[in-house]
Amino acid sequence: MNRKTPWLIGAVIAVALTLTGCGSGSGPESGAQGAPAGTAASGSHDPEATIEIGSLYEPQNLDNTAGGGQGVTEAFNGNVYEGLFRLTDEGKVENLLAESQEVSPDGLTYTFKLRQGVTFHSGAPLTSADVKYSIEKVTADDSQSARKSSFDVIKSIETPDDATVVVKLSDKSISFVYNLSYVWIINHAAKDLATSEDGTGPYKLGAWKRGSTLSLDRFDGYWGTKPANKGVVFHYFTEATALNNALLTNAVDIVTSEQSPDALAQFQGNDDYKITNGKSTTKLLLAFNDRVKPFNDRLVRKAVSSAIDDKKLLDSIWAGYGTLIGSMVPPSDPWYEDLTSVNPYDVNLAKQQLAQAGYPDGFSFTLDTPSYDPHPTAATFIKSELAKVGINVTINVITADEWYTKVYKNRDFTATLQEHVNDRDVVWYGNPDFYWGYDNPDVAKWVKDAERSDTVEQQTELLKKVNRQIADDAASDWLYLYPQIVVAASNLSGYPVNGLNSQFYAYGIKKS
Amino acid sequence: MTAYLLRRTAFLLVSLVLAGALLFLLLRLLPGDPANSLLSVGATPEQIAAARRQIGSDQPLLAQFTSWAGDMASLDLGESFVGKVPVGPEIAARLVVTVPLTLLSFLLAVLLAVPVGYVAARRADRWYGTLLGGLSQLGIAVPAFWIGMLLITVFALNLRLFPAGGFPRDDWADPADALTSLALPVATIALVMSASLIRYVRSATLDVLDSDYLRTFRALGSSFPRAMWRHGLRNAAVPVVSILGIELATTFLGAVVVESVFALPGLGSMLVKGIEEHDYPVIQGILVVSTFAVLMIGFAADLVQRLIDPRLRGGSS
Repeated sequence: MNRKTPWLIGAVIAVALTLTGCGSGSGPESGAQGAPAGTAASGSHDPEATIEIGSLYEPQNLDNTAGGGQGVTEAFNGNVYEGLFRLTDEGKVENLLAESQEVSPDGLTYTFKLRQGVTFHSGAPLTSADVKYSIEKVTADDSQSARKSSFDVIKSIETPDDATVVVKLSDKSISFVYNLSYVWIINHAAKDLATSEDGTGPYKLGAWKRGSTLSLDRFDGYWGTKPANKGVVFHYFTEATALNNALLTNAVDIVTSEQSPDALAQFQGNDDYKITNGKSTTKLLLAFNDRVKPFNDRLVRKAVSSAIDDKKLLDSIWAGYGTLIGSMVPPSDPWYEDLTSVNPYDVNLAKQQLAQAGYPDGFSFTLDTPSYDPHPTAATFIKSELAKVGINVTINVITADEWYTKVYKNRDFTATLQEHVNDRDVVWYGNPDFYWGYDNPDVAKWVKDAERSDTVEQQTELLKKVNRQIADDAASDWLYLYPQIVVAASNLSGYPVNGLNSQFYAYGIKKS
Repeated sequence: MTAYLLRRTAFLLVSLVLAGALLFLLLRLLPGDPANSLLSVGATPEQIAAARRQIGSDQPLLAQFTSWAGDMASLDLGESFVGKVPVGPEIAARLVVTVPLTLLSFLLAVLLAVPVGYVAARRADRWYGTLLGGLSQLGIAVPAFWIGMLLITVFALNLRLFPAGGFPRDDWADPADALTSLALPVATIALVMSASLIRYVRSATLDVLDSDYLRTFRALGSSFPRAMWRHGLRNAAVPVVSILGIELATTFLGAVVVESVFALPGLGSMLVKGIEEHDYPVIQGILVVSTFAVLMIGFAADLVQRLIDPRLRGGSS
């Protein structure tokens, strides 16, 4: 439940983005065929090995525009389906099924040339009609894709010949190409996509035994580099303990995302396992309602940020894993800067700022706290920290549904806790209508201009300015960045360690 | 007997219809519209209306019930909202795990409980009789998931004798493989179940041991084993069989917890997921199937009881 909810919120927030027509992203960067970042290079490996992968996220169905969820992204993205572009495990965008693209000088027309000799698993060749079909599947009325609204700028999609796709936009959008990395290219003639597939990826679907396993088999007709293994089997668990037991008994080789910090001790200091601490994009926020007293005062927000020892909180929840962040931007975003010193942990500074803001004796407020981990723990910690500077916190525990209605829709809150999962999501601070109500016309303009940038450098520079400004204003208190922990058997290498946006490229995994 | 069978069957059918109607109503009483599961966040009113039309939640309750009952009568359990696949075959696939799990656990529990319960009663005055009785009391207090975790720690993580969870991808293609996967879950359920069964067997046996007819039969010169076999066993079996029926039904439903501990793709884990996803056809389908199973078990238990006990047959034949 606690992983499903942030996903939902991610979707919610992605929808909200388009209210201002803002998105963000970077243009493609040239790069070699992207091999996932492995932890170690292996000497000899068995190319006929099957990799057993343990995960907590079983797909709901196999169609990512029909509510397939986080699980289908993990299993299929880049493995079974490919996009015109790929977001690598390091967060770079590179060409995949698009061989080249050209942008018109006004930035409104994109012409993509498709890679030749690509076939779907059914044997049909990849053509421009498939690309048009696939993009329109995401933007369709009944599409449940969280990315749907990022494509509101699309005016038309034309297919002058089999190898060319021309997309016209209504406004400049530098993240258009980045957004395309989420569009799976599907054979336009494919049927029953909820239970079967027809993609171009290095694996084809073997069998899906609901509630248990999903297997992917190497696709012999693949256009690119062959996978380093014969196939992979995703084993699905509903309980973190059962998943860890499977790893301990060699029933699975690797766990895509460890969610139970307590269990890590079993693998630490054990030569049979490797623990990697990758980059995550999930941030835990103490989000103030910047519209209402006392948090409409930037000094109060800064004081609260400085009064909480984020490091101690992170240590108590994740025991040494995870990262401290000084603003909304995680290190994997191109416009990251270390801003942890802007609002340092300093109780005396906090007291000063409170006095300056006219609250020398503190104040009281209610913290709306989602009922699932880690929010209640964090709330209790914050309550005790703020008590030291005279602020009295009342913890109000609410369900995910209540959060959505009370906080997100009705903005009926003073402060709340929430995890925000997506990458490149600093742009939300450019939307004054967003639930946290941060309203700075400069920031809104920078965010808008960033999306309309001509170059990535320009976009990066503008979003860095946004980043510094929101940190200086303590628009929210960014408590910490979650860890992204992968635990694997030591004979495994070449697996993705960052798992950005839940994807898990399996084709580079080697077993020796 | 025929008349009884007819009466009992009619009763079974009425129970099924009533249970079905109750299930249908209870699910409709839950807050929220099942159409929500078809929608993305921020759906327009038109999209909501379309989704409601698609799954029929815009119809009056009675119309919904008639159409649902019609589908049930033709054994059509509908299509999952979330998974977009028919529910019936999916349940059948899960029963491949849950039915053997239930039956094997039941069998093992009976094999454990009958001798232990008998000894606990026969030797109630000895220290081990008391100990067995006491242990069974303790067993009732221990939750199944705890026993499951204990067995995993000992037999899977430390001794590496059995897998810690999961079920073969090819189901029963290799029966030895499948049985190995079920060993610990079966032991878990059987241990928990036998604890309460032992108590019933023990008290039923104590009643028989105290009975006048047994003493009379012994006084007529019959040996104790013969007396027990001819008269004691049958009499003791009557209450135990009716309890067995209830216990079997409980095991079937209790598999939910154990399946989750052992990551088994059975009916229980399907139900939990269906509830999490507000997938009404899945929840309804599972509840209908399990209700049917429970009623059938009760039916069978009643029949067996009448076969054992001629006194019950007397009136109607």
